[in-house]
Amino acid sequence: MSAASRAITPDPRSTPLPEAARSTSTNRLILAHIWVAVLAFGVAASMALMQALSRANLTLPGRTARMYYMSVTAHGILMAIVFTTFFIMALGYAVVQRENGTIRWPRLAWLWFGLALLGTVLAIGTVFAFKSTVLYTFYPPLQAHPLFYIGLTLLVVGSWGWTADTIASWRAARRAAGNKPVSLALHATTANAMLWALATIGVASEMLFLLIPWSLGLVPKVDPILARTLFWYFGHPLVYFWLLPAYTVWYALLPREAGGKLFSEPLGRMVFALFLILSTPVGFHHQFQDPGIPAGWKLFHTFNTMAISFPSLVTAFTICASLEVAGRLRGGQGLFGWIRALPWHDPFVTSALCAMMLFMAGGFGGSINGAYALNGVVHNTAWIFAHFHLTVGSAVALTFMGTAYWLVPRVSGRELELKLLAQVQPWLWFAGMILFAVVTHVTGLMGLPRRVFDTTYNGAPQAQSWQLLTDVSAFGGLILFVSAMFFVLVMLGTLLAGKRKPQPAIEWTESLGEPAGGYTSGLWDRLGLWFVVAVVLVLIAYAIPLIQHLQMTTYGSPGFKPF
Amino acid sequence: MNVDLYEKIWMRGVAALLVVFFAVTAYEAYSGSVQPPSHVETIDPTKAMGDARFQPLGVSVDASGHVHARLVGITFAWLPPAITVPAETPVTFHLTSTDVTHGFEIVRTNGQSMVVPGYISQFTTQFAAGEYLIACNEFCGIGHHTMAGKLTVVPASQWKAPGAAPTASADDGSRSSGNTMAMTSGAGDQP
Repeated sequence: MSAASRAITPDPRSTPLPEAARSTSTNRLILAHIWVAVLAFGVAASMALMQALSRANLTLPGRTARMYYMSVTAHGILMAIVFTTFFIMALGYAVVQRENGTIRWPRLAWLWFGLALLGTVLAIGTVFAFKSTVLYTFYPPLQAHPLFYIGLTLLVVGSWGWTADTIASWRAARRAAGNKPVSLALHATTANAMLWALATIGVASEMLFLLIPWSLGLVPKVDPILARTLFWYFGHPLVYFWLLPAYTVWYALLPREAGGKLFSEPLGRMVFALFLILSTPVGFHHQFQDPGIPAGWKLFHTFNTMAISFPSLVTAFTICASLEVAGRLRGGQGLFGWIRALPWHDPFVTSALCAMMLFMAGGFGGSINGAYALNGVVHNTAWIFAHFHLTVGSAVALTFMGTAYWLVPRVSGRELELKLLAQVQPWLWFAGMILFAVVTHVTGLMGLPRRVFDTTYNGAPQAQSWQLLTDVSAFGGLILFVSAMFFVLVMLGTLLAGKRKPQPAIEWTESLGEPAGGYTSGLWDRLGLWFVVAVVLVLIAYAIPLIQHLQMTTYGSPGFKPF
Repeated sequence: MNVDLYEKIWMRGVAALLVVFFAVTAYEAYSGSVQPPSHVETIDPTKAMGDARFQPLGVSVDASGHVHARLVGITFAWLPPAITVPAETPVTFHLTSTDVTHGFEIVRTNGQSMVVPGYISQFTTQFAAGEYLIACNEFCGIGHHTMAGKLTVVPASQWKAPGAAPTASADDGSRSSGNTMAMTSGAGDQP
């Protein structure tokens, strides 16, 4: 690799932040978000343990279908919506504070936090009360308690406050920077905030115009295909809303922490702009098997889906090259020696590296899910949840856990406690996911449907072929639970009892090959422009099929509560 | 933008690969060889059981000799729960639901479709001889895991068409967009 031959000098470690600067209102805000994320994660992991034991077909007290489906709902909501969203907001605020010294509207941000927390408590409360067993996709005509929909809407409204603050802070930073670009971390965080603003239009419309009035009895029926379409308009960019903060960490933090530099920063700016443009007009690839949607539109969304793998594949090159730079700076030799030279003792670096390894498998699986002709073999089988446990459940969640080991000391001024657990935890997650998720891909190919309490189907011969593999995946689930509890213990230990000690400041990765006077702001930095392009593409991909749909005679469905 | 030579090669390789994927998928789609079930036709879910388009339920043969299977999903069963079709013979499935959304999955085949109340799903496929579990793969309530049917596929020579041929069914007419490459959704259901 040519990078290795370039002259690189290791950058000095960051200087400690003065004690006074750490106790800012923004840091308290960030820690509040992290508390919610960690608690949601802990409860959700306990739900997952129940499901793993149930998968192994063990006779356990309290193991009922009612309990199982409730716990699947709670696990999905708490992990995929609550843990992710609160952690992403925490990281976003930290990025903005690093750039501008403070966020744009510090007091309002507490209001947004309160709204999001209130919404979370309302929604998850109805789930634990067995009133909203609709899973985290909440497809009508299955009907939840009205407070479930209202609560999730409040969570989204709270996140809009974060979105507005991020975009306003980015504009201020752009003005202050003149013809220089803002940091890659802020560029990426802002692209994600804009993506979120565009994506949540779908779920907000579904909630406000369809599900909330329907659950309150104000309208008798909703059209299930219209609701599914609005949900997946939101549902796929949601995936990128999870993923982009992980990418932000991989670009802006990881190479520095590993001891290297970012290989090609200008391409990184292009990558995040491309995600902003392409992440929304792809939702029909979740609806390949749906009736009522013409094949031509499914094909159009397939093309967009393929296009969005381009920025991910560029990222794969850039990050691997940056890590190679780090490994060689640390003295790694030969074709693979640089890998061993990486700082594997650092829980943040190890988490991110394990997350990436699992993501390679997850990404290949995802291109099968998104393939027009192959989806029919895996749709709604166990393959699907196996897939997203490698993506959101590993690439994203494990990166976030590692980021928490890095971020929490820096915003709390407390030393990371139980460091040994933090060092072991990523490896347990890695091993658990190999057994749970990789194995479950196979069970999915063998036809096991997703989201079933009992996989025996009254002894049907085809169902018997799944049992051995579901037992293995249940064992993987146990390992994952231990790993999850290690993370929770490290976080609680650090947040409550970590030694108060000056911590390093937040510093971004330096760019390899940066010109002497620094970069100048370019086309890919104009996120406002790319937002407009994204809106146009979304209009093409969704407005026409939606208008056609509304012209069709549809009947709608009343609510059902068969749980 | 100054891009490293190796990264340029990588990006061009990736772009070329995606163009090949585009081309293959477009060819498959337009030649009609592989398509997801994308039938566009609506039906009143409260009257689906009596609707002419779902008569007779189960397997039948139309005037041209084509085999059809009509099933309705209810919580928590497929109606009829067991069907028998000939092996290596195209079978067109017509599916709908009277209550919530179900997922029709013939295990270890490519025969699957979402089954959504108010809509008719349709796809055509064929099977090797054997016995197949028909599972529900969309969460439909407390008994989701008990919702199962059975597909028996017998050699075509041993298969006997059940009953008489049905009258020409409405879904063979112009309202059906089938799995063509249409980008319009047609007029929907006008009984």
